[in-house]
This record gives sequence, structure tokens and C-alpha cells, in this order.
Amino acid sequence: MIRSDAPVLLEVRDLRASVDDQPILHGVNLTIRAGEIHAVMGRNGSGKSTLSKVLAGHPAYTVTGGTVTYKDRNLLDLDPEQRARIGLFLGFQYPVEIPGVSNLEFLRVATNARRQERGEAELDTFAFEDLVNARLAVVQMDPAFLERSVNEGFSGGEKKRNEILQMALLEPVVAILDETDSGLDIDALRIVAAGVNQLASPDNATLLITHYQRLLDLITPDHVHVMAAGRILRSGGPELAHELERTGYDWVDQELALAEVG
Amino acid sequence: MVATTLAHTWQDLAGAALPSRRMEDWRFTDLAALAAMEPRPWTGGDPLASLQLPAGVTRLPEAELAAVAGQCLARNGCSDHWPVRLNAGARPVRLGLRVQAGAEPLQLALDAGGAGELLALHLVLLLEPGASLALSQQLSASGAAVCSLVCEARLAADAQLHWGLVAQGHSGATMLGHVAVTQEPGSSLELVTVSSGWGLSRLEPRVQQGQGAARTRLRGLQWVDDNQLADTHSLVRFDGPDGQLDQLHKTVAAGAGRSVFNGAVQVPRAAQRTDAAQLSRSLLLSDRARVDTKPELEIVADDVKCAHGATVSRLQQDELFYLQSRGIAADQAARLLLAGYCQDVLRELPAAAAGWLPTAPPFREP
Repeated sequence: MIRSDAPVLLEVRDLRASVDDQPILHGVNLTIRAGEIHAVMGRNGSGKSTLSKVLAGHPAYTVTGGTVTYKDRNLLDLDPEQRARIGLFLGFQYPVEIPGVSNLEFLRVATNARRQERGEAELDTFAFEDLVNARLAVVQMDPAFLERSVNEGFSGGEKKRNEILQMALLEPVVAILDETDSGLDIDALRIVAAGVNQLASPDNATLLITHYQRLLDLITPDHVHVMAAGRILRSGGPELAHELERTGYDWVDQELALAEVG
Repeated sequence: MVATTLAHTWQDLAGAALPSRRMEDWRFTDLAALAAMEPRPWTGGDPLASLQLPAGVTRLPEAELAAVAGQCLARNGCSDHWPVRLNAGARPVRLGLRVQAGAEPLQLALDAGGAGELLALHLVLLLEPGASLALSQQLSASGAAVCSLVCEARLAADAQLHWGLVAQGHSGATMLGHVAVTQEPGSSLELVTVSSGWGLSRLEPRVQQGQGAARTRLRGLQWVDDNQLADTHSLVRFDGPDGQLDQLHKTVAAGAGRSVFNGAVQVPRAAQRTDAAQLSRSLLLSDRARVDTKPELEIVADDVKCAHGATVSRLQQDELFYLQSRGIAADQAARLLLAGYCQDVLRELPAAAAGWLPTAPPFREP
């Protein structure tokens, strides 16, 4: 939903970043307002996953230039946990397995960290179980997964549903979903997409990072950006994703080549 | 109990000189801490005075205890080991128990105090055919102390023993323990050992499957910090076919702590179709900590499955970041990961032993 007067939640300006001294992002610009759903598309290696990790504060990436403003705060000054507490969420492409740490306990600690930041009371074990059982419905998840270790032995689809469950509990302001559709069969994809749609509101925003149109058939973006070689090459409406689906990414190479010549 | 005069040196007590690091078995483990102390006899009275035996567990008559004591040690080839000799020379408290089918859980707690004394226990367990027992055993020290433990267990056919040993010491204390088990066919042993806090600890779990065809499950966790040293030397030997071993040993090394693990598995020609797996995992929490880990597989039989592995790592950055990205502070994330790492072992303790774990993380679920 586009409202030009909606407040800007995330403003990325000329963002540059590298990993192991290898520059990956070469000046990314992106403005996300409340109520919007954005999709960043691009080939493997275009830098779209790097963008998501840099925004979340992954320590392996070094920001070498540019600014990121989140609701008037300099996001790049904050630790990853502070970013999460004030409402930034990253849904991982490959959710990490953590043996020995119970999923339920993990979800509770995370939810309480966010609640504390918002000035809400921490939930004890019983109150949290009520909340989590209610939120399980968003992703049609079996409560048995709460008793297991975080993501351990989960199938690809179960891991992604667990990510959306976390999103449902943390109620982020800006949710970045990094290739949430990868590795999902069509049923799991529908469930995950329905969860994301259900959580979208006029007060928050979603940034979908994806390779394919198929996720965007289920979640309609307001803005589509095509990323290549570490920057956003073109932006448009949902029709841009359809065009990509028809023409593939070859025109991207041509445009890049032209840019280099130019 | 009347205090008896002990000999003046460890050498006199054990009847042999302290092991030195020139000996392969003691290469990484320096007994200097022990050498610096003078052995002083236990004056704390009968440490088992409050022991209550549950249904199905009875004391062995003195004559029978005298007849069977030492048999499991001999079968496991460790009668001459220095810590065993020390135990014998230190006039240990002896406890012999017979366990029948349907026995109730047994708890055995021993506190070596902090007065710089030597407390020695020699425990002998005889599990009758088909008997089962959950044994929770605690060793503790609150200051300077030396704790010498020799445990023998004979598992008759189809007997089951679930044995948890929680040894929480003090940086001024030393623990020397041998646990020698013999297993007959159809029997099942699960031995879970947790040690932390000792200035020096050396634990030697040794298991012999006399005719194979038994199940052995070993779980170990040792934690070292400051200048502590913890050493586990385990040996499992199969003297018959169709035996099983599932062994996981975990280490956490913080501060300038040192951890040693040596896991020997012997599969002679008679032990065809043995199925043995051993995994040693070590977590290094500091640049000054040190871990030495070594599998020692001797396999002669040709139709066997013997897997082994060893990993030494730090806390995984990806795991930390995942937790942080959910709003969990870095230090709390590290505590959660540590607790998770330890849970693999801790959750296998019998209930009473789990209750004896230190109350601070990572020993309790956070």
C-alpha cells in the first residue's frame, strides 16, 4: 500500500560494504515507508543477501560508506541485538540450527527482549506459552516444534515457518525476508506467504529478497527493485517483476555492460 | 573413626612414585599440584554415615566384599595404575553393594571438604542378572582437598546401570577417579560424568565387555577455567562379538584451563560385528585455554563399525548472530549457546544427579 505521506521507516543512502576486504555493495539507495512491501530481486551474487545482512548488522560485513537511517536513528551505530529490539527483523535464508537450546525458551527470551524495549512487561513461562500458541496459527505450525532444539532437524519448510513464527512474536517494524521462498514446496510457500500477508499492516513494512516471481504471486509488492553488481539497477512497480519473469536477467548484463562503457 | 597415621609422602602411600609427564599416559597431566601437598588423613568421620540404601540394594557381607574387590579393576587392567594404588594405600572407605531386579534409585554423595585432607572411597557394585539401577553419585570439595575414588561395577547378564557422576570441586582440590566396569552379554551401561571446578582432575572410566554383546553408552562433560586441568582417559574393550559403544565426550575450556581427553577403544579379533562410535567435542572460550584430544582405536577384528571424530572450535559466529538478530544480547546469547552445548550430556543424568549440578549456567537451562 503506497501512501506518499506515510512516514519513512528505513532510508538507505549510497550504502557500500565489503566482506573480507572484497567490496560487495557499491552504493545502494532505498527508501521504505510505512505500509509498503518492497521486493529486491537479482541473480545470485548480485549483493541482495549481503544487503540484508548488513542491515541486520552481521559482524562479517564491514560498512565502508553511506548511511542507513531507521526511524530517525543511525542504524549502523547499533549492535545487531539493538536493531532487533527496536523493530528490525531479518528472516534468514538459512536459519541456524542451535542444538541443546529449546525453541520455546529461545522464542521467549527473544520476545521479552523486544517487549522490554517497547516498555512492556516481560512474559513468564505460562503467559508466553499462551501467546506462542496463539501465534502458531499464523504459520500452521505443530506445537511439538516448540519442544525441540532451535531449528535442529527441521525440514527446510519447517525452518522457514519458524522464522515467520518469530516474526509474528516480535512484531517488527521493518521485516527483511531473505529468500524466504527458497527450498519451499508450494504448500509451505502458501503458508509462509499467508503469514507474511497477515502480519503486514499500515504501520510496518516488508522487504522481500527473492530470486523468483513465484513468491510475488502470493505477496504483491508495491515496489520492485532489481539489484546487480552491488547496486539497485532499476526500480518500478509490480510489473517490473513480471517483466523479469518474461525476459530473464539477460538485459541486466547488457545494462551493466553499457554502464561500464559509459 | 580414629585417625590413622598416614605415610609422609604420596609415594609411600601408593607404593610407587608419582607418575611423571615422561609417561605417555600422563604426558599432558602434571601432578605437581599434588606433589606440592602433603597427604593428610581424613578426620571427618564416616562420610557415608547418612547413606540410606533403597529397596533392592543391600550391603555385601565383609568377606564377600573382600573376595570381589579388585576384580573389575583387574579385568580392566588398571590394578596397578597409580591412582588405584593410592586409593588402596589411603585406607579408603569401602562400600560393597548388591543390586537386585527392580531396585529403587540410589544416591551417594561424598564431600571432601576444604581442610586439605585426603578422602578415599572404594565402591563395589554387583548387579545381579536382570537387575537395574539408577545411581546418582556426587563428589564435591569446598577448598583444598584430595578426593580419591575407585568404583567397580559388575553387570551380570541383562543388568542395566544408569550411572551419573557429578564431580564439582574447587581450584584447590584434586580429584583422582577410576571407574571400572565389566559387562556380561545383554547388559547395558550408561555412564554420565560431569566434572568442573577442580584444580586438577583425572577420571578414568574403563569398561570391559567380557563376551561382547552388551551396550555401553558413555557421556562426559568436563569444564576447566582459570588454571584448572581436567583429564579424562577412557578405555572400552570388547572381548567378544556384537558389542556396542556410543561415546560422546565434551569439553569446555575457558581462562587458562587445560583439558585432556584420551579415548581408547580396543576391538580384538574376537570382537567381530562390534559397533562403536566415539565423538570428542571441545569448545575453546579463550586464547589461553588448551585442549588435547586423542582417539586411540586398536581394531584387529575385520567385520566391525568403528567411527570416531574430534572437533575443537569456538562459539560459532553464525549461531551468535542468529540469536543477536532476535534481540538477545551477545553475552546472553553466548550463555544460551554454552548451555545448549552442555545439555547434550547433562540431560542424560539420572534425576537426582541432575539436581546436584551447579545452579549457575551453563549447568542449568537458562
